[in-house]
Amino acid sequence: MSEDWPLYEVFIRSRSGLEHKHVGSLHAADARMAIEHARDVYTRRQEGVSLWVVRSADIIASDPEEADALFEPARDKVYRHPTFYAIPEEVKNL
Amino acid sequence: MSARSRTPSERDPAQQAAHFRYVLRLADTSLVLGQRLGEWVGHAPALEEDLGLANFALDLIGQARLLLTYAGELEGRGRDEDALAFLRDAPDFANLTLAEQPNGDFGHTIVRQWLIDAWQLEIYAGLLRSADSRLGAIAAKALKETRYHHRFSSGWLIRLGDGTAESHERVQAGLDSLWRFTAELFAADEVDERMQAAGIAPALMELAPRWSARIDEDLQAATLQRPPGQPYPWHGRRGVHTEHLGHMLAEMQHLQRTYPGVRW
Amino acid sequence: MYTQALDTHGKEPAPAVSGESAAQAQRFQARVDAEDKIEPKDWMPDAYRHTLIRQISQHAHSEIVGMLPEGNWITRAPSLKRKAVLIAKVQDEGGHGMYLYSAAETLGISRAQMFEQLLSGTAKYSSIFNYPTLTWADVGAIGWLVDGAAIMNQIPICRCSYGPYARAMVRICKEESFHQRQGFEIMLTLAQGSGAQRAMAQDALNRWWWPSIMMFGPSDADSRHTAQSMRWKIKRFSNDELRQKFIDITVPQAQFLGLSIPDRELRFDPGTQHYLIGPIDWNEFHAVLKGNGPCNRERLEARRTADEAGRWVREAAAAHAVKQHRRTPQAAGGMEPEAS
Repeated sequence: MSEDWPLYEVFIRSRSGLEHKHVGSLHAADARMAIEHARDVYTRRQEGVSLWVVRSADIIASDPEEADALFEPARDKVYRHPTFYAIPEEVKNL
Repeated sequence: MSARSRTPSERDPAQQAAHFRYVLRLADTSLVLGQRLGEWVGHAPALEEDLGLANFALDLIGQARLLLTYAGELEGRGRDEDALAFLRDAPDFANLTLAEQPNGDFGHTIVRQWLIDAWQLEIYAGLLRSADSRLGAIAAKALKETRYHHRFSSGWLIRLGDGTAESHERVQAGLDSLWRFTAELFAADEVDERMQAAGIAPALMELAPRWSARIDEDLQAATLQRPPGQPYPWHGRRGVHTEHLGHMLAEMQHLQRTYPGVRW
Repeated sequence: MYTQALDTHGKEPAPAVSGESAAQAQRFQARVDAEDKIEPKDWMPDAYRHTLIRQISQHAHSEIVGMLPEGNWITRAPSLKRKAVLIAKVQDEGGHGMYLYSAAETLGISRAQMFEQLLSGTAKYSSIFNYPTLTWADVGAIGWLVDGAAIMNQIPICRCSYGPYARAMVRICKEESFHQRQGFEIMLTLAQGSGAQRAMAQDALNRWWWPSIMMFGPSDADSRHTAQSMRWKIKRFSNDELRQKFIDITVPQAQFLGLSIPDRELRFDPGTQHYLIGPIDWNEFHAVLKGNGPCNRERLEARRTADEAGRWVREAAAAHAVKQHRRTPQAAGGMEPEAS
């Protein structure tokens, strides 16, 4: 087996109006081939109307070790949510 | 909907026979090419390519099913898609001779695919305006599939042609070997002429230059040489085939022939 | 699609190496116990990583090798509908192999390495694919029995603790739902067909029944890895539990078809409400696993031939990508020149 072609991550918009969502990865030698492979591998059952492919090596991910520092601080900001506020029931349209 | 209300075929047996024959030719080319691609599944150069070639095979067999069913109705002898696919012998098959050529290496398969894709692009586009609306509807569906096939096959032609020295040599050899079958693509006979006169089929003569221009454009991108013209006129569409078709059919029709008359 | 208890065929997972602190291991196990998903960049014990690489890659190999016995009938399928269905199914197996290779790649092994392990014979794949497909009925029997057994095995893996594996399995199980039904439909058509067709169906059941039963792997008493894999929530049920479940649902289906299960000792036990089978011939299982099955050589040879024959194509595409990148870097994507 020779070297693998580069790895790409595949994102699909499942219907018009929705965002692209990560579905998996594949190998391809170039960008055009990556789109074709994504089409042939990940949309065999009408899964999408639009495709993104991106070289896996180009994705920058957050470090799980930093998850506490990155995401915990948002936890006590409950006042950002509408349910934090008590409004009398008879008041409408709020 | 019946095609008979829209075409004069039923009033003229010769016209009806030509109509049947015309649809059968399109059907058989898709069927035979789809059968060849089916041989690849599980053996392609990369896993992703296995899935791609299988998609092509599925598209082509799908086209064949629609066209054979329609051809059977035009013929009016009660033959359905399977009767036509599995119970005719080679001389009754009307596919392009190019379609039945063996797979060879991946480069060979890509060249065969690309030549037929470019041909089907023109034929199906021409049929969009057919006086036969049922044929037009089948062509509209097939045209979308064919656009993708050509995108894929021309992409590979370019990668192989403009890849390594070995790949360039291999794909050029495939082209040199298959080019002789291209004379048949646009050689009109009485069936084509009748269909064209009835407004059912596009004029092959008008399609040929467009096909040729597309071929040249792709060949240039692929850094490949267009082989010189090949005078031998193959007649697969008239039922005169290469030796390969008989073997393909022996394999394809084996069960239907061994156990006649049962359901599968 | 097909995993048998594949994790039973490798070496014991290595004990925790010195670099792994007990605290990390404890935190990891706590997350697993809480049904949290482990993701690629998360800390995980080396043994967990290695167990997953082995299991997922063997599962992927099974999909790829599994394309061959059914692919053997694509050119001879007896109707255009059956041909299309079979191509779609074999294509799905290829897709499933891809999803699984992708999941394994997140653990730090390349597809090229996994292929190398398959082609050199060091990696295993499901033994069921070392049996030949001799008649059209075998295509039906594989869909009905082999896919049926595989689904039984795979549904619990959708809840596997490793996120990429679990997600691949969800996609696979969804796509597989037609595979077993098309197989049963083929069997039903044959069973209701001519005498020759019925005989063909019975013969296929005779040959595929026991190999399917063995797909669940060695009995629990002999299974080396079950306990650890269960603690890690890679595995949720034991081999014997899944096997029994498969037998209980399959026997009535065979009765519906009017076919007989090739097991004279098979009986329904009213006490336990289970079908009890006769003894399994584990000698055969191990012989096939060791490479001495009817088609082991042919299957690996076919994969090697495809790999060898495709090498120039893969190299050409890579070389072309490098050229493209030199000409128009932003449009080409793919290989950078320095990667050549």
